[in-house]
Amino acid sequence: MMSARIGLGSVTRKVAFAPVIGRNQTVLRTLIPKRGVQIQSLSPSASEEILNAQRLKRPSSPHFTIYQPQLTWFSSIANRMTGGALSALLYGFSLAYLVAPDTFDSVHIVEFVAGLPDYVKYTGKVILAAPFTFHFWNGLRHLSWDMGKFLSLKGAYRAGYAVLGATAVSTVALVLM
Amino acid sequence: MQTASALRSSVRSSVRSFASSARYQASPALNKEFKIYRWNPDDPAKKPTLQSYTIDLNQTGPMILDALIKIKNEVDPTLTFRRSCREGICGSCAMNIDGQNTLACLCRIDRNPSKKSKIYPLPHSTFLIVTILNPLNTFAFTVYIVKDLVPDLTLFYKQYKSIKPYLQNDNLPEQGEFLQTQEDRKKLDGLYECILCACCSTSCPSYWWNQDEYLGPATLMQAYRWIADSRDSYGSQRKEQLQNEMSMYRCHTIFNCARTCPKGLNPAEAIAKIKLELAAD
Repeated sequence: MMSARIGLGSVTRKVAFAPVIGRNQTVLRTLIPKRGVQIQSLSPSASEEILNAQRLKRPSSPHFTIYQPQLTWFSSIANRMTGGALSALLYGFSLAYLVAPDTFDSVHIVEFVAGLPDYVKYTGKVILAAPFTFHFWNGLRHLSWDMGKFLSLKGAYRAGYAVLGATAVSTVALVLM
Repeated sequence: MQTASALRSSVRSSVRSFASSARYQASPALNKEFKIYRWNPDDPAKKPTLQSYTIDLNQTGPMILDALIKIKNEVDPTLTFRRSCREGICGSCAMNIDGQNTLACLCRIDRNPSKKSKIYPLPHSTFLIVTILNPLNTFAFTVYIVKDLVPDLTLFYKQYKSIKPYLQNDNLPEQGEFLQTQEDRKKLDGLYECILCACCSTSCPSYWWNQDEYLGPATLMQAYRWIADSRDSYGSQRKEQLQNEMSMYRCHTIFNCARTCPKGLNPAEAIAKIKLELAAD
């Protein structure tokens, strides 16, 4: 049945009805077509060369952008970005004060901010308060991990949501201050 | 007599037709589209693409691996992927399914036909600056695609080998085997079950950037598995090996590893424990 399906029905039938002398393995083997694959024996160095030639042409696996956004790695990236931005602000302001102490002293800044319209003040406050509070609370999350707390996946997620909640509340509180 | 046998045969045939209708006729086609990453080494100039396949979920098993096997058997025999045990114990079919690294054999097909399922090989990232400054360096240390969903995991296995993943103890017991208390044995639970499928390492942002030097969650969890083993006496050497900036301290407790592990293990916790032990040294 199998042979009939692959079109060898007549061949095997012929063999079956042929005299005994033809009904041996060698005849069968020559009648059934061989596989198209040729095996070649190579020295280890030659096969390494083939592999290296293939590697030169291989693409890198897909970029991380295909990865699902998750609280785990997004909060980590946000922690880095807020940390970077806050330190850039700190160092930038300190250096500016060093360069031009008369323009960047407290009196001038208070005057400058007081002259701004309300919506700019509140937006500015949110832009400063949100990264600061997030970095602060997430810093505590990292410290608790380093102390061996919240190390289960559930714990890490709960602490993550707690950080987001605390960030929202404390940002609002700071903005209203 | 004749009527009895006729009755029996009619009952039998109705039972058979009920069974077959439940299996084949009562379920209308539920067609779902799968978009699968393709790259063929015989045509290397052609960029990797996503190829669409639509199959009837009612004629397919419940898991993503069943869908892949069905596509390979019935639609496109050139589709290439690794698989072996189909029950989550060999780790061969690790791939990125709908954005998450997991084993195709343990991942259920989302039966919502309006959602396309996207299947990629395990992902990676090359740090752009490294590529510009030293292209040869990145050449040696990225995850390469061998074909379609098959990544080259040579580096991953090399890293695993580097932590000497076997029992080391110079004081052999006088007779029999190494003995261990039940409490000491319990310390290995949640560590020894790892099947080295590489899902966690290739989900880790730190490993995406620094896989040339950072060992990655899978390897580090196995490092801890041998540090924690009471029968192993090379703990201090094992810890010494990790006492540098790159090998382990590139872990920033991100937890992508624990989130993605198809075996439900927690490499992040194991690495945190190594850090605590190193801090106490």
